[in-house]
Amino acid sequence: MKDRRITLSHGAGGKLSHDLVQELFLPFFANDLLRCLDDSAVIPAQSNRIAFTTDAYVVKPLFFPGGDIGRIAICGTVNDLAMAGARPVGLSASFILEEGLLMQDLERVLASMKEAAQEANVMVVAGDTKVVEHGAAQGLFITTAGIGIIPEGVDVGSARARPGDKIIVSGPLGDHEIAVLMARGEFSLHGGIESDCAPLNGLVEVMLEASQAIHSLRDPTRGGLATVLWEIANASRVGVLIDERQIPIRNEVRAVCDLLGFDPYYLANEGRLIAFVPEGEAKEVLQAMQAHPLGRQAAIIGRVVAEHSGKVLLKTPIGGHRLLDPLSGEQFPRIC
Amino acid sequence: MCLGIPGKIVSLAPTGLAAVDFSGVRREVSLMLCPEARVGDYVLVHVGFAIQRLDPEEALETLKLFDEFLEGSGESS
Amino acid sequence: MNPHKRHDEEKLASRLLQEIKGLADHPLRLMEVCGTHTIAIFRSGIRSVLTDAVDLISGPGCPVCVTPAGEIDRAIALSRRQEVILATFGDLMRVPGSSSSLQQERAEGSAIRVILSPLDAVQIAQENPDRTVVFFAVGFETTSPAIAATVKEAQRQGCANFYLLSCQRLVPPALRALLSAGKVNIDGFILPGHVSVIIGKAPYLFVADEFGIPGVITGFEPLDILEGIYMLLRQKKEGRAGIEIQYSRAVKEEGNQLAREIMGEVFVPADACWRGLGWISQSGLILREEFAAMDAARAFDLPYVEASDPQGCLCSEVLQGLRRPPDCPLFGTRCTPVEPVGACMVSSEGNCAAYYKYGGIP
Repeated sequence: MKDRRITLSHGAGGKLSHDLVQELFLPFFANDLLRCLDDSAVIPAQSNRIAFTTDAYVVKPLFFPGGDIGRIAICGTVNDLAMAGARPVGLSASFILEEGLLMQDLERVLASMKEAAQEANVMVVAGDTKVVEHGAAQGLFITTAGIGIIPEGVDVGSARARPGDKIIVSGPLGDHEIAVLMARGEFSLHGGIESDCAPLNGLVEVMLEASQAIHSLRDPTRGGLATVLWEIANASRVGVLIDERQIPIRNEVRAVCDLLGFDPYYLANEGRLIAFVPEGEAKEVLQAMQAHPLGRQAAIIGRVVAEHSGKVLLKTPIGGHRLLDPLSGEQFPRIC
Repeated sequence: MCLGIPGKIVSLAPTGLAAVDFSGVRREVSLMLCPEARVGDYVLVHVGFAIQRLDPEEALETLKLFDEFLEGSGESS
Repeated sequence: MNPHKRHDEEKLASRLLQEIKGLADHPLRLMEVCGTHTIAIFRSGIRSVLTDAVDLISGPGCPVCVTPAGEIDRAIALSRRQEVILATFGDLMRVPGSSSSLQQERAEGSAIRVILSPLDAVQIAQENPDRTVVFFAVGFETTSPAIAATVKEAQRQGCANFYLLSCQRLVPPALRALLSAGKVNIDGFILPGHVSVIIGKAPYLFVADEFGIPGVITGFEPLDILEGIYMLLRQKKEGRAGIEIQYSRAVKEEGNQLAREIMGEVFVPADACWRGLGWISQSGLILREEFAAMDAARAFDLPYVEASDPQGCLCSEVLQGLRRPPDCPLFGTRCTPVEPVGACMVSSEGNCAAYYKYGGIP
């Protein structure tokens, strides 16, 4: 491409738009369905249960240690499907580009999306591009949708948790939100934390192979672990009991939380999942997770109980309890 | 209004600033309230300022007292 | 470096609790003054293990209590000016003013920046020479020396667009006001560890000497707090009333003298208003004359308009340990965590909010 930046003309629908798609987007998402450049992708029906999800990505800054907006867009959508127990079949990606966005930044995002899509073994089969004037999009926004197929015998959902279930987390919590916060530079903190952003469908597959009886799967994105646990406790009308000492959190993440006064259980993750597994199957599922690259530090962090329905209790290191409420608003750094 | 975190001074910069390490995370901290602090010292940091040098001997003494308390051989004070 | 964070935390906590329960023949009412202690106590789960032995009351030392609606209103008024960037600690973003909050104002387009250090505000002023940068200075003696050092630094740099809106508070005068109201029902004070790093032990002696109530200067780890409670109960058991230091790894008896000197160079005490407690003599800090040019209250026309507590609100009595949250006619009806009326409910870990949340949990 000769132009260095996106201009409003790239969004006008004419030759420049066409060239943008042909020369910039297609090479990253090359597949037969997309190459047709029809108005819709046509996918043969494969099962009578389809998972369908949509999401929008507005993260700032666009690039951060461990990922970028493109990677989260692919992983986030794939993960939403995987949390339904679905095998992702196709994604759409719609781009809102800000006038003035550097072509090389867009290329970098697209390359990252290609890499993430390959990791997830999924195709981007539909897309769209619009250009908005300066100041209206902070560089780039991405909206996605995803379709997946739920295999026979798999039945996961937030309302399926039952007393006795073990609760498993796939790895250390908080890496993503802290990595992005540090990349923003607002609090002048320096360190090596990287986002955990990753596609979890492969991990979910090996978990379902170990046991099809898994009750619930959720990825703790915005709102973190606490919000997911609370939502499941309420949807399933059960109580949740977590042992704080079992929750894996990196020392650096803890240090940033200490410095800012953050509660790590509300931090967003983009490559972790929480699983509610019937007691008898928990050991097999945990072993399967720990054998997978994205689950090496998986740990059982608690269980479901019949008491205190709708409430999440955290057992603290000194042996006391506290309630874990869902996130009620933005976590602000505090000095008190 | 009292969050204070212990950190270790890893280097001194000009104009009374120091690079302080908190379990692998670093921030610049002002030594205006603690000018005697040196590289290797632990300091208590509040709103970007070191407000006190922490005494490693005092910390060790407390460790010992706690151990004794657990064994039931003395009172912690 | 931290002897109070140990792998055998639970064992040690258990022993301390045993001792505490052994010492408490009747339920004792202990007040922790500082909001940081309130949050630390909540997060550590200490309330859940102390049920019969000790009643913990949250004192007035939280961001909500020390910034009455009138102060928030002044900060909001400043932030609404086109040329102003208001720099604030995150704690203040959700504190309610008479009709809005800093968070709401930011959503409406006001330039409000959350900072971690007062020095960040000076940096913002340097990076934005055509704007007026006002630092909303809220905090206790822990923070005031840092703010004072920042003011001196701003002056040294000749930073002409940096201003301070001072809303700082002092702990000992508030304790004196609490105790002098006469009808106190507090058996001991868990004194703020980091305020004491600066002021040392002496300013609290009157609590024991004049009012016969023990106080222990306590740290913030769960084991610190349990140890502090244990020390208080031991004093009660032995019929003593004195000020002790539990947090000896950080608090020296004489405090940080240099920090106090710097604070004194820049600030002078003045009467100040506390939410739920009203006006307390010499309990706030204002800029000295030499720094008047940096005083936002003087530079801009900012009258302080007091907002009164709503009718029926029992916050002041709850804050003094005289009444319990359910005694208040507004509790759970007009005043809930979602729609709070008084300071005790606004603060997410205030007495009333905590009571509301924990009702019914074993």
